[in-house]
Amino acid sequence: METQSIAVEREKLLDWYRQIVLIRHFEERSLDLYHEKKIGGVYLHLYNGQEATGVGAVAALQPQDHVITAYRDHGIAIAKGVDPKYVMAEMFGKKTGTSGGKGGSMHIASAEHRMWGGYAIVGGHLPLAAGIAIKARYLHLDEVTLCFVGDGASNNGYFHEALNLSAVWNLPVIWLIENNLYGMGTAVERASGQVELHKRAVGYGMEDGGRIDGMDVTVVYDTVKQARDFVIKNGPILIESMTYRYEGHGVSDKIFKERAQEMAKWRDRDPIDVLAGHLKTMFGDDIEHELEQIRLKAEHTVHEAIEFAEQSPAPTYEDLFRNVYVE
Amino acid sequence: MRDALRIALHEEMERDETVFVMGEEVAYWHGTHKVTREFINEYGESRVKDTPISEMAIAGAAVGAAMAGLRPVAEIMTINFAFLAFDAIINHAAKIRYMFDGQFKVPMVVRAATGWGMQATASHSQTPEPIFAHFPGLYVGCPSNARDAKGMLKAAIRDDNPVLFTEVIALYPKPSPVPEDTDFTIPIGKSDLKREGDHVTLVAYGRGVDWALQAADQLEKDGVRAAVVDLRWLRPLDMSIVFESFKQTNRAVVVEESLPHYSFGSEIAAQIQEKMFDYMDAPVKRVSAADVPLPFAHDIELMALPNAQKVVDAVKEIL
Repeated sequence: METQSIAVEREKLLDWYRQIVLIRHFEERSLDLYHEKKIGGVYLHLYNGQEATGVGAVAALQPQDHVITAYRDHGIAIAKGVDPKYVMAEMFGKKTGTSGGKGGSMHIASAEHRMWGGYAIVGGHLPLAAGIAIKARYLHLDEVTLCFVGDGASNNGYFHEALNLSAVWNLPVIWLIENNLYGMGTAVERASGQVELHKRAVGYGMEDGGRIDGMDVTVVYDTVKQARDFVIKNGPILIESMTYRYEGHGVSDKIFKERAQEMAKWRDRDPIDVLAGHLKTMFGDDIEHELEQIRLKAEHTVHEAIEFAEQSPAPTYEDLFRNVYVE
Repeated sequence: MRDALRIALHEEMERDETVFVMGEEVAYWHGTHKVTREFINEYGESRVKDTPISEMAIAGAAVGAAMAGLRPVAEIMTINFAFLAFDAIINHAAKIRYMFDGQFKVPMVVRAATGWGMQATASHSQTPEPIFAHFPGLYVGCPSNARDAKGMLKAAIRDDNPVLFTEVIALYPKPSPVPEDTDFTIPIGKSDLKREGDHVTLVAYGRGVDWALQAADQLEKDGVRAAVVDLRWLRPLDMSIVFESFKQTNRAVVVEESLPHYSFGSEIAAQIQEKMFDYMDAPVKRVSAADVPLPFAHDIELMALPNAQKVVDAVKEIL
């Protein structure tokens, strides 16, 4: 590799490291804040463990591309470029949040980043992804829609209807299943007849993008980058990224801790360690100093985000009635 | 009314290239109710999209396309099948603007045929507009004649909010004069006095307006002058003409094709008693469908449904 391209590669990997570490720290602190009752409500679905999938997939897109996901959305919003302080403020229910405090943890969106939101009805965002992709075909635009899909969502009717429609209309959608092995508490093999979820592509006459290692950001990036070229030319693709969440389905999950052995196995393939391993292999152990700086920076960024959220005002009575309709 | 709807759609597609239609059989079948007749020949498959039988995806994809900047007009063959799309319409179309605090708009129209047909049976003979109108974030309209159909549908397509637009099957063949002006619209949420009268106020929408007007003709022969107010929109609900009329008549009968529990009639009656109590001379009566799933046998199907005579009888009870 030439010096210049090595430097580019180095910066790219460090940027992913930056994002993954930031999301990890953001999620771990969010859980603390929930227990401290600073983040209210009953829902908080954390992304720690799954960061490599979100960061790698989003990094493979062009700025004009669209991202949409379910309720495990904080990490993906941050990966798409949304400032963590606005995400945190949303989770605090503050006026400065991404949704003015009206959406909460499960509804993080940023129109300017083409992050079309987290959606809390399982599978409900899948036809929306198809609809966003209609526009690209309708106006002949070089834009793809990346739709994150939980393994659980692959069993409801929305999955079937949206994937079939996307195949019939050749829509430029990357359907990326994040298979974290459980839909709430129910294991994939207890919920899906075909446990290799990517194989469902065949049933829709759609490109089967295969099953990939979702703990390695470089694998996810390479796969989605190729997929982007494919869907623009040919129509949708279905990819299954194998990953694991380190916390429960949500904060109400009391049974995930029974899976400690399984968890330990996945933690051996932690996205942060896997990427640090790549960096050290390519650039030597000395890079650890830089990684340390990145981790400190992430702590600082999250600290600032929390301060911002704490100091932000709550929405007002006027806000309660605002934006029900376009007036 | 069928032609008025077709002309309205046609004019809006001519005016704005982002308007397109999608739904089951809208292209080569020319629409189950023929509202999109010949559209496929004129606009081609990119703007006249046949869909699989996938109501969840039809409504959901319309939401996504609308958020992205197009103006989809999605046809759900009959409102009965909209129950399959209820989540996409209620949890997404109606809530996205609010949930994301104004970051997105959802300028979509869901068109759906409504009402009882010829022995179409229980699952195919419903008028559940009031259920959809329960939810803020969505507009719900239903025209009672061809002129209104044209003006209301055009306004719905031009509006930046999601609209459920229902079309009474029995009214499709009914003719009435329609303005040729391509910019003729009737504002969303504007009710209409269809007939003047100072003895009783009949309040209705859709098919109910027909029954109310027929009843008013009969009542006139007995010297009773009935006003008929067509609300046109269940949401936003414009009660101004109803209240104005009620101040003169002090009596009201609500006519609805749908079921009585938690209904259009319930809402209108509640609003009249809340806001017009000092003017009330009699309880507000409701003429609704019988509280049963609609049967197949024609004899009892007719017994279950409202008609002009039932309206006349209700008026006479409170005069």
